[in-house]
Order: sequence, then structure tokens, then C-alpha cells
Amino acid sequence: MKLIKILSIFIFIFLFFFKANSEEKKNYDLVNKISKNIRCLVCQGQSIHDSQSDFALSMKLVIEEKVSIGLSEKEIYNYLKSQYGEWILYDPVFELKTLLLWLLPLVIFLFGGWIIFRNSKIT
Amino acid sequence: MKKKFNLILILLFFCFCFFVFFQALNNSNVYIPNNISGKVLSDFKGIKLENKEVVNSEDLFSGNDYYLLNIWASWCLPCRKEHSILMEIKDNNKIKLIGINYKDNELNAKKFLIKNGNPFSEIIQDKDGMISINLGAYGVPETYLINKKRKIIKKFVGQLNKNSIKEIKLLLK
Repeated sequence: MKLIKILSIFIFIFLFFFKANSEEKKNYDLVNKISKNIRCLVCQGQSIHDSQSDFALSMKLVIEEKVSIGLSEKEIYNYLKSQYGEWILYDPVFELKTLLLWLLPLVIFLFGGWIIFRNSKIT
Repeated sequence: MKKKFNLILILLFFCFCFFVFFQALNNSNVYIPNNISGKVLSDFKGIKLENKEVVNSEDLFSGNDYYLLNIWASWCLPCRKEHSILMEIKDNNKIKLIGINYKDNELNAKKFLIKNGNPFSEIIQDKDGMISINLGAYGVPETYLINKKRKIIKKFVGQLNKNSIKEIKLLLK
């Protein structure tokens, strides 16, 4: 009886740490994922994930804080967008203003494919 | 005839691409901050540099009609340059200056103020830089002109200059 009690305490402790660790890992991965899509304010060609500038480090802390209080990825993007504008995101939203940006590669790809298809048909 | 038409079509397409990219060349690739005038300043909580007292932004911005919130650091060269401007603005009774001391060594910040004068009525420490990020700042120095409802009237990016004083005076009228 005593052994079962001790065992169950051990299992409880193990599960508690396991859950805490997996939660920590999940949050860590989410912070990394978001950081990779946020432009560094100082070195604008880098994401804050790669940058070591003071503002990038501060922004990572803000993201960590938002993740720890349970905000979703989308909510964090929206928050940063409200503070810094659409520019802060590396992945631009699909809208009228960015239509050309999103569709032009597809159009060129289809056009190229059509030329190749036509030429192969001729030969 | 069909070949000619295709050639014209391709040429037109390339002309269109050239025009789009050529136009984009004229656009500055340096970030121009989002226009945040009219927005309400985000709430924050911080520690005063002077006495380590914890203070809320709501308590900071109460009593006066206008506030100038300045993000500064003793290690930042433009902050040193704009300090005389802040000292000049300090004399204006309509406005109260609040400082956010960004990622600074406490001793250096205090020495800086003793040497150059203290234009701020309150200074909040921002040791990890999170307050500045939550305010939407992207560099040091940065200054916000705020009214008593904590609405941002104007955001000054970079060092303040003589023109900024003129602009502030005009906005306060």
C-alpha cells in the first residue's frame, strides 16, 4: 500500500514536470516561429530571430510575454501590426494592395509553362 | 501576325514590370513609422529611476494638459545632442516631460542628468526595453507629444531639433 502511494507520488511529479517541459517547449517553438516572421527594426534585412540588436531582443521579450499569457500567434501579429504597421511582418497579408506581389510569380510561372507546352507541341 | 502579337504582348509585359520596379526604386527602403497620431498611448507600468517606486502610466499622465514622452539613454549620442532642446522645452509651463530610460546603466543615467541637467519631471526605467516596444518605438531617441487623454498628437522619430520645438509650440496653441 505504501509502495503504491510512493509510486503514485513519483508518477504525479514526473507527469507534472513532463507537462511543464512540453508546455515550455511549445511556447519556445511558437516564440521562434513568430520571431522569424517579424522584421528587425534596426537591421531591416533581418528577422528579429536572427538579429542581436537591442530592439530585436526587447521585441523577443515582448513576444515571449504575450505567448506566456496565452495570446495566439494571430493575436500577437495583430498586436505588433497595430503598433508598427503591416511592414513589421515578413509575410504580407493577401489583400488588394499586395495582389500583384502574390499573383505575379504565379502568372509568370503559368506563362512560362504555357510557352514550354506550346513549343513542345510544335516540335 | 500572331507571332507579332505575341511579341508585342511580351514586350508590354516586360515594360509593365520595368515600370513597376522602376517606380519602386524611388521609394525609400528605410522604414517610415506607421502614423500613430491620434492613437491612445499603450498602458505601461514601470519603476522610477529616482526612488524605485512602481508607477502606472495612468498616474504619470494626470494633472497636466500636455506631455512629452521621451525615450532616451546615456549611451545614445543623438540623445546627448537633443538634450539641450529638451532643456529648452522644459521651460514651457504647458508641457510636462516624462523620460523613459531605455536599457541604460542606472549610474550612467544619473551621471548624465547631473552633468547635462534634468529636463524630466519623472523618469521611468526600461531595463529590458519592453516598455518602449509596447509604445511602438523603434529607436532611441524617440519622442511622443501626448495630451491629457493620453492621445498621441505627434511622434518625433530621432533627434529633436529647433524645428521640432517650433512644431510643438504650434501644436500646443
